[in-house]
Order: sequence, then C-alpha cells, then structure tokens
Amino acid sequence: MSASALRLAPLLLALLLSPLARAGKTLDAVKARKEVICGVSTGLAGFSASDSKGNWLGLDVDICKAIAAAVVGDRGRVRWTPLNAQQRFASLQSGEIDLLSRNTSWTLTRDASLGLHFTGIVFYDGQGFMVAKKSKISAARQLANAEVCVQSGTTTEKNLSDYSRAQNLKMKPVVFESFEASLKAFFSGRCPAYTTDATSLAAILQKEARNPGDYTILPELISKEPLGPVVRRGDDEWFAVVKWVVYALIEAEELGITQANADAQRASANPAVLRLLGVSEDLGKSLQLDRDWAYRAIKAVGNYGEIYERNLGSGSTLKLPRGANRLWSKGGLIYAPPLR
Amino acid sequence: MSSAAKRRRRALIYQLLTVAVLAAALTVLVRNTAQNLRLRGIPSGFDFLFQGAGFDIGDSLIAVAAGAPYWQALLVGLVNTLRVALPAIVLTTLLGTALGLGRLSRNFLLRSFCGAYVEAFRNIPLLLQLLAWYFVLTDLLPPMEDAWRAGEAIFLSKSGLAFPVPVVQGGKWMLDLPRREGLGISGGGTLTPEFLAVLLGLVFYSAAYFAETVRAGFNAVPLAQKQAAATLGLTRSQALVSVTLPQALRLIMPPATNQYLSLIKNSSLAIAVGYPDLVSVANTTLNQTGRAVECVSLIMLVYLCLSLATSLLMHWFERRMAWR
Repeated sequence: MSASALRLAPLLLALLLSPLARAGKTLDAVKARKEVICGVSTGLAGFSASDSKGNWLGLDVDICKAIAAAVVGDRGRVRWTPLNAQQRFASLQSGEIDLLSRNTSWTLTRDASLGLHFTGIVFYDGQGFMVAKKSKISAARQLANAEVCVQSGTTTEKNLSDYSRAQNLKMKPVVFESFEASLKAFFSGRCPAYTTDATSLAAILQKEARNPGDYTILPELISKEPLGPVVRRGDDEWFAVVKWVVYALIEAEELGITQANADAQRASANPAVLRLLGVSEDLGKSLQLDRDWAYRAIKAVGNYGEIYERNLGSGSTLKLPRGANRLWSKGGLIYAPPLR
Repeated sequence: MSSAAKRRRRALIYQLLTVAVLAAALTVLVRNTAQNLRLRGIPSGFDFLFQGAGFDIGDSLIAVAAGAPYWQALLVGLVNTLRVALPAIVLTTLLGTALGLGRLSRNFLLRSFCGAYVEAFRNIPLLLQLLAWYFVLTDLLPPMEDAWRAGEAIFLSKSGLAFPVPVVQGGKWMLDLPRREGLGISGGGTLTPEFLAVLLGLVFYSAAYFAETVRAGFNAVPLAQKQAAATLGLTRSQALVSVTLPQALRLIMPPATNQYLSLIKNSSLAIAVGYPDLVSVANTTLNQTGRAVECVSLIMLVYLCLSLATSLLMHWFERRMAWR
C-alpha cells in the first residue's frame, strides 16, 4: 500500500473506534489543555516551515501563535502537527488537531462536504506555471500538449484540468505523491512546466532551483486560491474565536497598531483602538475569552501587515509584493468586519 | 453421547460463538463509523463515482473523455496497474529463474555475479529502487529536441519511448505514427519514463526474491534423483529439464504465488514516481471528493480481488502439475 494511504490508516482507525463524539467544545478542550494543536504543512517557505533549530516560522504559523496568545495567553503553547496534503482533512475531521492552518484553499466542496468550516481568508493566491527560460514559452496558452508536473492531493490537478479543457490545450499531468519528486522531475527536464500556487512557485524558484535564472514564472494566474484556517463543524464558539482573532490582526493594521506600539496605543485617543485592545469595552466576553485577547494576539505576532512582511514580504527572502493582499483601503482585498 | 461426539459438538459451539462475536464486532465498527461520519457532517456513500472527475490522467491506455465520471478514471487506474503488473510478473519469472539457475551453476563467475545481484537488490527498499530508476531515466534520456531515433517512427526521449501502433481507420489497417505536436507527442503509443521506472524497478527487485525461491526449489529435489539421471546417461541440461525441473516446480509454485501477489501490491508505490496507477487515481479522487473511507475501501477491495484471482489461477496451475 502506498505510503500516504498507510499514514491515513491510523486516522481512519480513529473514526472507526472513537466513541460517538459530540462534535463541539473544542474551545473548552483548548482552555483545559492550555495548548492549541495546530496542523501545519511539512515545510512550505513563507507559510509554515521549521528552521534548522526546529522553530516553526511562516504566515500560517503566526496565525496559530496569535490564536494561542489570545485563548491560552502564551504564543508558545502550540503543538505543531506537520501534515501532508492527503492527511490534512482527515486529521481535522477526526479530532487529532484543533485547527488547520496549512495554506488550504477555500472551495465549495471542502466547505460543504467535509464537515469543516473555513474561518476566513488570510492570503489571496492563484495557481500559476513555471517553465524553463530556454523553452521560450512566454504565456500559458503556448503549453499545448505539454506534460505538466504536479503534486497530488491538492486543488492543483483540478484547476489544471479545467484550464486545459477551457483553452483546449490537452495538457497531460504527471502526478507525484511527494513534493520533492515532482520538483526533481521538473528540474531534470521531464516536464516542460510545473504548476502550483504562485507563492509556492516563487518559494521554489528561490530555494529549490539550482540556477534560478534559468526558470521563469508565467504571468497568468489560472485560478483563485483563497487560503485560510479551517476548523470542524458543529463548534460555533471555536469557529468564532479563530475567525475574530484573524480579523483583529487585520483591523490592527488598519488602525495602525503594531507589535511595538501596542502598549502605547492603550492610551490612544481613538475609541476604536481602545475597544480593540480591551481598554474601554470587553469584546472578549461574547467570545468566551477575557478582554485582552486581541491585545495579546497583536503583541505576540504583530498586525497583519507585519506578519505578511516578516514571512512573505520585504522582511523575508521571498520578497513578494502584497498585490491583492493589501488592505481594502489601499486597493487590496484584505478586509475585516468592524470589531464592535 | 460418546465422548468424541461431545467433543465435536463442543467444537462446533465454539466455532459458532466465534463467528457470532466477529460478526457482532464488525457490525459495531461499521455502525460506529457511519454514525461518527453523520455526526461530523461528512457525507458518505458511493454516489461520487458517477460525478464528473475533476482531473485528467496523463498516461492511459483507454481514451477517457474530458469530464468522464470518477468510476471511469478509477478503471483507467486499474488498467494501468494491470498494464505494469502483468508484464512485470512475466519478466520477473524469466529473470528470476535465470538468476536462480545461475546461482546453482558450476561457473564461479556466474555464481558470484548472481549471488551479488540477489544480495544487493533484495536489501534495498523497493521505494528507493523505484526512485533511483526514475531519476536515472529522467536524467539520462535526452530532451525531445534531441531524441534518439530508430527510423522515423520510433524515438526515445524524456517523454518516453514512442512507437507506432496499428489502428483500424476506414476499414483498413494503418500504422498510427507518433509525431511531435506542441510540447508533447501525439499519436502512436508511448511508454512513459514513469511506466518504465515502475516496470524495471519491480522486475529487478522481485527477480532477486524469485531467484531464491527457484534455488530453494531446485536444491530441495533429492540428490538421488540427480544421481539417477546421471547414471542413466542424461547430460546436465537434459537432467535439468526432464528430471529436476518438473519436481522443483511443485516446490517453487506456492512461494512463487507469494511473489506475484507481493508484486501486484508493490506496484502501488507507483505514485511515488508519478505513474497513475489505481492507488494514485484513488488518492486524487479521495482528495477531490473527501470520501476517505469509501476510496480506501475501494482500493482494498480491488487489490483483494486481484490477489484472489492470481492465487486461484496459481492453484489451478499447481493442481495441473500434481502427481498423476
């Protein structure tokens, strides 16, 4: 049996043998355990990757740290569970993790038919192609009849198939279970093109290609990939907590609260700032948290802009422009409903 | 009632009890799973098989239209599994027998080479061997522009071995020639590097095990038989074919069945090198539909049927070879 099916077996066993669970009360369990069990990827630069000392870094990682700070009071109280694309949903469904923060695209099928809820969008991405410069391909439309290397277990295959049919390109996927094997096949010249989310392509070009100058990412984005954290259904309190922690980080950027000035902002003249930081009102009570939840989250990881720049932007090696991930007031799509 | 009859009745009661307990346990497991799935809001059932598949399969023997239902995609996966497993069984038998006999040869060089081969290929995990074959193939083979050609219609490149295929067109037999089109090959048949890697990896690995089975079979034929054959004036090769082989065959067949079943299941590692076999296709289906329990049960059921079919066939073969 293939390795991925083997890894699925213990999770299926959990479904088979676990007593009839009342789905819900994850928030109580997290508070009692004083720890958030966070499902992350096995290593995707910028989103969730562990460095040589075993510390986890990335956008998804920072979201989990913010939730831990808000709920439990300490951003370090997180149990990191690396999951591959095949295991991630079963792991969440079976209760092995509290929340999945693993660059997961929000789609109708996943939201409606897996017993899960997507809590919001932390990154707007799209699928793109990477080709070798010497193939002289400058647009995705020129990939007629091409074999395209992909990794299995993601929305990538479906988008590739849809795009191929829509443009009548008859592209043939070569599907690998492991990320490394798929990259090796592309870099050895087996496939003229490689496809995955555009940010992953940028990370690959940076970190995996031996001579990045020989490859280029085509300009077309062939799909929408809104990435965000996922929780189980039937647990409205936990769903609300995760959702509003993310919105608090976005609102913090809008109001100009940063990790450095959060303490000083507690004496701000702006009533919205005082409300968010829990000085004038207790917004946490309705979320079953204490009043400083948003303040702790911002102190732990900074606001959305700082998280972005640290992991994917100017403070990182990827240096991706914010593009659609700017605040709505600056022309992007990042928008938080008002916290009041 | 006699004590023997009492014992038989007791044994029967115990067996019935065991069956009842097993059946009860199975029922509890199945109902528990179904209830857990329902509670968590995860839909279950096999209706997804009739929905349109959201993916294409790059390497398939039967042409599948765009948007064909999932069951057709799974069928393509099954055909791909058989397409690599059946030739692998044949080639393993041939290579394994040759290696096994080689280890019994009087020639020192041949014996040592076969021995070294068996030890080397048995002790490296199959997954690593498959990956090694695949990376060697994709690194060694030339890109399409500089493909190695044998004549006009056969060429070998990183996209695989392309060859002409006879087809019926307009009532006449014609050769469908492969040609470069766009960035790939269109027409004719192709053996992709993924297929070749899985085939070669499986064959070279399983042949090492098969060689040992053959050697054990031949060694187990009593020495008296070989001495008698020599006394009768048969040459070594005549004795091998007429006397030792038929007797060794009966000893080789049950372990050989094991090897074949093992080979069929090992072919599921194909997903590691990008070959779209049944497990690979079912994996993609699982990810797109979210029906984990159904897809994995389907994979298990299909492999069970394949294994049962193979072992039934080998059993029939064995009975044909039995002492008459």
